[in-house]
Amino acid sequence: MAESEEQLLEQLQKAAFNYFVEHVDATTGLVADTSRKDSPASIAVVGFALSCYPIGVERGWIARADAAAQTLKTLRFFWNSPQSTEPDVTGYKGFYYHFLDMRSGRRVWQCELSLIDTTLLLAGMLTAAAYFTAPIAEESEIRALAEELYRKVDWQWARNGGETVAQGWKPECGFLNAGWEGYSEATILYVLGLASPTFPLPADSFAGWTSTYQWETIYGYDFLYAGPLFIHLFSHAWIDFRGIQDGFMREKGIDYFENSRRAVAVQREYAARNPRGFVGYGPNFWGITAGDGPGNEELRESGRDRRFFGYTDRGVPFGRDDGTMAPWGMLAALPFSPPSALTAVRRMIERHSDICVGSRMSSSFNPSLVDQGGWISDGYYGLDQGIVVMMIENYRSGLIWKLMRSCPHVASGLRCAGFEGGWL
Amino acid sequence: MTPGEHPNRRELLAYARPTGWQNPDPTQSYDLLILGGGPAGLAAAEYAIDRGAKVALIERHLLGGVSLLTGSVPSKSIIRTSRLYADMRNAERFGAVVPTGIQENFAAAMERMRRLRARISKYHSAERLSLAGVDLYFGAARFAGLDSVVVEGATVRFGKALIATGARTMPSVIPGLEQAGYFTSEDVFDLTECPPRLLVIGGGPLGCELAQAFCRLGSHVVIVQNEAKFLPKEERDAAQLLSESMARDGIEIHLNTAVVSVRTAATEEKLVDLVSDDHKSTVAVDHILIGVGRTPNVEGLGLEEAEVACDPVPGIRVDDFLRTTNPRIYAAGDVCLEHKFTHAAEASARLAVANALFAEQAKWSALTIPWCTYTDPEIAHVGLYVAEAKERSIPVKTVTVLMHDTDRAIIDGQEVGFVKIHLREGTDEILGATIVAPHAGEMINEITLAIDAHIGLSVLATVIHAYPTQASAIKRVGDAYAKLRLEPPPAHDISRPDWPTN
Repeated sequence: MAESEEQLLEQLQKAAFNYFVEHVDATTGLVADTSRKDSPASIAVVGFALSCYPIGVERGWIARADAAAQTLKTLRFFWNSPQSTEPDVTGYKGFYYHFLDMRSGRRVWQCELSLIDTTLLLAGMLTAAAYFTAPIAEESEIRALAEELYRKVDWQWARNGGETVAQGWKPECGFLNAGWEGYSEATILYVLGLASPTFPLPADSFAGWTSTYQWETIYGYDFLYAGPLFIHLFSHAWIDFRGIQDGFMREKGIDYFENSRRAVAVQREYAARNPRGFVGYGPNFWGITAGDGPGNEELRESGRDRRFFGYTDRGVPFGRDDGTMAPWGMLAALPFSPPSALTAVRRMIERHSDICVGSRMSSSFNPSLVDQGGWISDGYYGLDQGIVVMMIENYRSGLIWKLMRSCPHVASGLRCAGFEGGWL
Repeated sequence: MTPGEHPNRRELLAYARPTGWQNPDPTQSYDLLILGGGPAGLAAAEYAIDRGAKVALIERHLLGGVSLLTGSVPSKSIIRTSRLYADMRNAERFGAVVPTGIQENFAAAMERMRRLRARISKYHSAERLSLAGVDLYFGAARFAGLDSVVVEGATVRFGKALIATGARTMPSVIPGLEQAGYFTSEDVFDLTECPPRLLVIGGGPLGCELAQAFCRLGSHVVIVQNEAKFLPKEERDAAQLLSESMARDGIEIHLNTAVVSVRTAATEEKLVDLVSDDHKSTVAVDHILIGVGRTPNVEGLGLEEAEVACDPVPGIRVDDFLRTTNPRIYAAGDVCLEHKFTHAAEASARLAVANALFAEQAKWSALTIPWCTYTDPEIAHVGLYVAEAKERSIPVKTVTVLMHDTDRAIIDGQEVGFVKIHLREGTDEILGATIVAPHAGEMINEITLAIDAHIGLSVLATVIHAYPTQASAIKRVGDAYAKLRLEPPPAHDISRPDWPTN
């Protein structure tokens, strides 16, 4: 393992970045959801990829021209992709289906038109537009396409007549029943939706969403509760929430950045308590979040009957918790809690080197399945690799935060949501 | 032997509607005439008679109402038995040996339920009511005017009346269900054999309680809920914990799913078609239990004769004093309340009688009504939810203690759950609370008292709780609140670096 912090982060970040190099389709620019065979593309992973290319350029892992070409290829694909109510197109109303065929770019698995995943894709596009600012044709086209693709999105339609947005839509059944309740990764969705020059969300939609927030004292920490760790990370990958406050946070006297720090602290407190007696848990071994898991089954482990889950939304302190940890979660929390994250990551690599092969973090692992020698998620997930690249970079240089602070749509959306102060 | 022929049934009938009962001769106007002999009617009668009023009560069917006959009493009885089976299966967790060959005896569980129900019915018997001085009538009552009712051909006059006729399960409109046949809470306790496969429609309190109980008593249970979570009115963390608990029991859960039709196969099994967004599926079951919707019992009462207005939901229209549109007539319990609980029915009845007979000006909205869903773990609530407080523009802060931080819960092997107390931000005023714990229904009463007596959370922190008890989690919430006031949240080793700003 690398000796210095800088060396360690360089290794981990580069290994994560290479996921996008290895799993991008040469024609469409789409990026695979996972490294597993025949994986389709995930539009959210594409959003992460578009955000990571500038980091790769700055770190010297990819030439600027190559990154711009890759970015442009991806944006052109979306610009030219079919949008309609037909069940096998790429999107509708400016939104895109969650999973697309890597080569044809068409919907697979009868998946949903996903609002949050489209948002992450758009965030990647806007990041690219903020980075590729050179007055040359390719980069000009990147900026123009990103702007137009953002303008195409009909956020108002996505409300389905309600105050807040739906989670998704399918041509087979219309809007999905599931709605948003409580704090989630959707902050960035509302920020981009509110700032739309074409179909903006009304200002009260953000208030409608935040009305379901839970401000709780848990383990001695006052914080805006959400169980899964990723919720406290995803919007922060793009938006620098340090020193800016919306109405809710003004009332509470902190900002969302501080909130994520407290969420990390609650993760550590939970892991230290380890109420369900899982193997490995401790203040330096945490990261309970949504992700892959051993599978839906009852197993008898270490003399106990345990219930394990497949891909699901794990969280603390109310659950779900089946002993499955997300190694990348600790690393992605780096900006919020550098000493905690670095200590945890080092110890994890020392003790479980098989979850960080070639310095690339597995999606999740479960050391409680001792009878099977521990369980490790097969392959890698693009979402995990993307958040690792971005959050390490935000910790090292603040690059993505800096880029997005310069994006007028982000600033406008934040102001529409009631954010004030700090860099804003 | 059918449930109707069972000795316990005969005992129940002897108390709840004695054979050969002779209605009194209504020679005078009553101070209070009560329509309905359920929890509200019985509580009203007792309250009024204790204060010297001349009282008559008319019951159409059996004394005791839904609570005794088909509600709280029978359901909690089989829940108790079902918990025992769950404990037996989990004996190893408690350092005990799992009994070999655990064989659920559904019939025995139901027989115990009927025995207990008959025993409890004794406390509300016709004889006791009569001995207390209540003129008890059996039969269908109908208002004949603004101040009179006709029952079994006799006209009964009143100074004030109380409508307490309760509610019943709402008829289902699912295509094919009527033909296929289904149970409601009104007849499911007549079962003598455990349904091998049971579909429960509805994830509200009744549906969840009975789904878990039947599962633990040996049924393969499928539960279908058309919303994203069970107990939609409860906090999502509570609903999530319940969902996990039910899944651990082996219940097949379908959330966000609608039952669109029911078909009967040649084998007599029922094929139930489900839709969740664009996903369609069919489950085959032996019986179906409906656990959704209650409709007020107002048919045949002649409300229009008495000029009493009624809405489909929640029922008889009342003001905050529980007075109907006829100032002589009040209403109480399920027939007029949104919260259809036994204790709410009783409380509303006492309040209505106090207002009707004794010129009090008590308001229903001023009462603090707790409630509990008796699943495992139980989910109890009192006061405001966070969303309700926000709707009223009340800033809220929630202080939470997990049951896994409570010694007694750890000792008992019952760590799943929490105590959440909602405060008015910046004060220790308790706005509401939710408890998820094996005995949350017992624990919530302490917080109800605190709210009712305007006792703040700071005081609860000073109340000495016996150790070790699960209720000490409530004190620990007070301790957590007090600690926050003494010191800011701990920083641990998290130090904010000097971030680049451009």
